[in-house]
Amino acid sequence: MSGIDPKYLREIIMDHYQYPRNKTLKDSQEYDSRHMASESCIDDITVQAKIRNGIIEDADFDGIACTISTASTDILCELVKGKSIEQAREIIDNYRKMIDQKPYDEDILEEAVAFSTVGKQANRIKCATIGWNAMSEILDDQDHKGQEVEAHE
Amino acid sequence: MDIEKNIEKIRADFPILKRTMSNYPVDYLDNCATTLKPRQMIDTVVNYYTYLGANAHRGDYEMSAQVDFHYEEARKRTAQFIHAASEKEIVFTSGSTESLNILAMAITNQKLQEGDVVLSTQSEHASSVLPWLEAGESKGVEVRFIPLTPEGKVTVENFLSVLDEKVKVVAIAQVSNVLGYEAPVKEIARICREKGILTVIDGAQSVAHLPVDVQDLDIDFFVFSAHKMCGPTGIGVLWGRFALLEELTPVFFGGESNARFNRCGNLVLKKTPFKYESGTQPIEGALGMKAAMDYIDTIGKENIHKYELALKHHFLKRAEAELPRVKIYNPDAQSGIITFNVYDDGKLIFPQDVASFLNSRGIAVRSGEHCAKLLGEHIDVPGTVRASAYFYNTFEDIDRLVDALKDCTFTNCLDIFF
Repeated sequence: MSGIDPKYLREIIMDHYQYPRNKTLKDSQEYDSRHMASESCIDDITVQAKIRNGIIEDADFDGIACTISTASTDILCELVKGKSIEQAREIIDNYRKMIDQKPYDEDILEEAVAFSTVGKQANRIKCATIGWNAMSEILDDQDHKGQEVEAHE
Repeated sequence: MDIEKNIEKIRADFPILKRTMSNYPVDYLDNCATTLKPRQMIDTVVNYYTYLGANAHRGDYEMSAQVDFHYEEARKRTAQFIHAASEKEIVFTSGSTESLNILAMAITNQKLQEGDVVLSTQSEHASSVLPWLEAGESKGVEVRFIPLTPEGKVTVENFLSVLDEKVKVVAIAQVSNVLGYEAPVKEIARICREKGILTVIDGAQSVAHLPVDVQDLDIDFFVFSAHKMCGPTGIGVLWGRFALLEELTPVFFGGESNARFNRCGNLVLKKTPFKYESGTQPIEGALGMKAAMDYIDTIGKENIHKYELALKHHFLKRAEAELPRVKIYNPDAQSGIITFNVYDDGKLIFPQDVASFLNSRGIAVRSGEHCAKLLGEHIDVPGTVRASAYFYNTFEDIDRLVDALKDCTFTNCLDIFF
């Protein structure tokens, strides 16, 4: 990781855990959602995204989750809001590379770089990725939806 | 054996205690999940593979006869360990979970009718609830829960409050794996005996820690796993009263459990308990389990119980003075299980964050719901941290836990990731 002070990175996680910006589900048909319940811990969250014309207009989540899963999912929501599906995929892809200790683009991950060393506690990688996997599945569903529309046309 | 005086000698029997975790000497406090293994048990398992080698009950040669001898000795030893009337009442299984599934399927299919009720509790391990729910669903058998006291205990009063003529089976744990409370099994069994209700007791968390006498408890079935009592994984016990084991038909069939069969489907099963042991059993497991029983009895279960309580009281005493941010859910449970949560600035630190922090100090504990997913509703938190001690733990192990919990804050729980 770049030479950012770990204290600062810790503050980012703490801030998003204590004051999550996107921890509230919207009761609207316009949102696609994905429920993720960890098989090995208590994490049980739902991630939502409102996607129109290939753009993620809004993203949020709620549920029972630890510090790492809450903060990482909150930051994810911040990052993908306003982005196109392709851009969001690129962000998620880079985040996964970072978690796997592979070369990645630090700039597009912004605050999510706070999780670059989460693998120091190997069993917590799943906490840092649970929300991201949910968003990834929502985006994949968009492709299927697109195909269905095309098939009907 | 006086454990405190012999602790160094005892610890020397456990090779794994020499390892480190997160660069600290390992402080293993997850004994409810599984226990560590003494050299004597490990050597017995290795001896099966390096010397005995043959299958059981099959060959006409010396090696095979030696295996038969040791395998049946293990059965006799198991009967003695839980004070069963006879070794014919001991069925080897893969563990508590398989034992409970066999019982749930056999009893539900062969003895229960639509509308009958199986009583369980809200603090029960998934393995003691799910088999009954699953087996009973197609037959219309209801699983009903004995309510718990506010502290999470099972009492005779609460048992009586849900007892009616529909209840045909009571399936509960002798000791809860989350809170460590001992259920009044003997009193409940007495009432069940009068009413002809079957009792199925999960001994997974009790048999390694308390003297167990299945005849004195006057229960019908008792199950446990070897790995929670210094034995190998993959082996456990289903004990049942002989008449009941005779009456029931097994759930699994195959080699070794049958005496004769022909193409017309005429099947003659072997005698109890062999009719329940289809296929080659984990022979090294049975032998290793016997070695574990020998080891535990040398130390003495009463001594073990007393020592675990001493460790727990040491924790409670220090916690009261030094850990104002730690909420303990089961201070009066008479076992080595300490279930708690840590708060920082009045807010709950998520149990998994606490467990990871303790890992960074070389301390192994469990976080979560501990397979008892119904209990969370009862104590109204999303999960807990559980530290569970056994006879090889030291007072220093407990001190390390207390010292680490003093430092357990939100920020320190996050620092472990950098």
